[in-house]
Amino acid sequence: MNGSHIKDDSIDTTHGCILYLEQITVSFDGFKALNDLNLYIDDGELRCIIGPNGAGKTTMMDVITGKTRPDHGTVFFGQNHDLTKMTEYEISHAGIGRKFQKPTVFLNHTIFENLELALHTQKDVWQSLTQSLTLEQREIIEEVMETIGLKEQKNLRSGLLSHGQKQWLEIGMLLVQDPRLLLIDEPVAGMTHQETEHTAELLKSLAGKHSIVVVEHEMDFIRSIANRVTVLHEGHVLADGKMEDVQNDPKVIEVYLGS
Amino acid sequence: MIKKFIRLHSLREWIFIFTILAIAIVLLPLFNILVPEESVLHVPNYMFALMGKYLCYALVALAIDLIWGYTGILSLGHGVFFSMGGYAMGMYLMRSVGKEGVYKSDLPDFMVFLDWKELPWYWYGFDSFIFTLLVILILPALFAFTFGYFAFKSRIKGVYFAIITQAMTFALMLLFFRNETGFGGNNGLTDFKRILGYSLQEPSTKMSLYIITTIVLFLSYILSRYVVQSKLGRVLTAIRDAESRVMFSGYNTVHYKLFIWTMSAFLCGIAGALYVPQVGIINPSEMQPSNSIEMAIWVAVGGRGTLSGALVGAGLVNVAKSWFTVAAPDYWLYFLGTLFIVVTLYFPKGFTGMLARFTSKEKSKESA
Repeated sequence: MNGSHIKDDSIDTTHGCILYLEQITVSFDGFKALNDLNLYIDDGELRCIIGPNGAGKTTMMDVITGKTRPDHGTVFFGQNHDLTKMTEYEISHAGIGRKFQKPTVFLNHTIFENLELALHTQKDVWQSLTQSLTLEQREIIEEVMETIGLKEQKNLRSGLLSHGQKQWLEIGMLLVQDPRLLLIDEPVAGMTHQETEHTAELLKSLAGKHSIVVVEHEMDFIRSIANRVTVLHEGHVLADGKMEDVQNDPKVIEVYLGS
Repeated sequence: MIKKFIRLHSLREWIFIFTILAIAIVLLPLFNILVPEESVLHVPNYMFALMGKYLCYALVALAIDLIWGYTGILSLGHGVFFSMGGYAMGMYLMRSVGKEGVYKSDLPDFMVFLDWKELPWYWYGFDSFIFTLLVILILPALFAFTFGYFAFKSRIKGVYFAIITQAMTFALMLLFFRNETGFGGNNGLTDFKRILGYSLQEPSTKMSLYIITTIVLFLSYILSRYVVQSKLGRVLTAIRDAESRVMFSGYNTVHYKLFIWTMSAFLCGIAGALYVPQVGIINPSEMQPSNSIEMAIWVAVGGRGTLSGALVGAGLVNVAKSWFTVAAPDYWLYFLGTLFIVVTLYFPKGFTGMLARFTSKEKSKESA
């Protein structure tokens, strides 16, 4: 593992795709969490991924972010980054940000510090020891705090935030990271109706500038944001297409929507 | 740069710190020199060696707080780094004895006793203080770096890491117990005569060592404070609280852990080196597993993740220990064990946490 993955910032998307998952298989003790999965995400797209529990959604995120290595198959970010050969932090540097299913923020840090830590910048030891925030960077953080509605709570310990606010903070941390591809696992779990609407608007406004993959259960939410939906079932793609088409697909109704 | 250091503390805190520093390195020595011995205000000579010892322990606690309190990595093997610094200093002190040992030989007494004819190669260079100093500053850090590199790269964490460090200190203790290893076996290194030409029996030498220790502790504290207050410090606490989030935010956490682990060992090695001339002996029992556990208890008692708590904890526990070993030596370990359990269960933030809780209660009363 050398630094070349980090230095090469450009992501080759000349073929229109930003993420290529091809023939991915991951098994845990014989159980195939992902089974010959093929998935392509277009540059700038907002894609929703649904599927019953155990369909392999979170495992897929783990494979993309380097947490889990596939037994089989290739994962490419653009055409030039082989994600299966990169570590978590290298993948993050290449431009993939991830929001976990359970909101994961730094509970003992303030809102501002959480964002400061996530901010896109040099992240080696020496820089962290000697550099302080530039005015410009402060402005970026202030801006994002405004977007996620936590400006008032700037100096509050994030452990004191409500569940919904933590979700927002985590999304904010992704924003300051300024990734090309955002992976978002259940962003509206535990949110009120209003917060959910707000989140939908935010995600829609981010599409285009970023490519976004959202894993969600909440159907109304998906209907409000998605153009294209992919249904996972038992580790592979069951159906793929527009929300209306997918909803009317008998296979999908059988395994998921019908229940 | 200087501005950054000044901003580490508020004015009130700085005044407090410098007052303590002034009392320690000016007032106490003056009360020893100027006040006649009959007076109650006289600070006796033996106090300086004793306080010097406590200050070394405080430095160890500071080092452990960096790695455990801030980064959440419990080390139960800091006795190793402490001993490495201590043995290096001990070797220099042995070489400075010259031909004044019991056997009037150029070799250290224990080597004559073992019938060795010449100095082992790894004792070369310890005639020189500069060389010794370099070893003290480099060796514990280098050893920690190598150990940490493999441990952190293999993602060894939590209890597993603690157990491995415990095994490390145990293994090294056994190694140093052997006469063949060449560090004086179970007797260790002792009967030192002088340091840099000054007799270690002289009260003035002891006082100087004590003052140097105080200054080193002060500088180490400032350095540590700078580190934990920087963004690096925030990354460390973030690693403690949610390491995977830190990795997905683009930080190579292995490098961060290695940095603070190495720095911790570095400070611990210096503490060991300052300890040996003031206590007059270094032997393998410093590497007993229980010793390293005790060091962690100092930090737990004082309060983790505050730096000042570690200093206070080391002081409190060791003063208690000194009292116990005179009044009721058999009960010390029971007391220590009970203390550890009570602190972990009821005062997870230790002494400083307790203090903060009381003061904040006072404040809320005032404002009510």
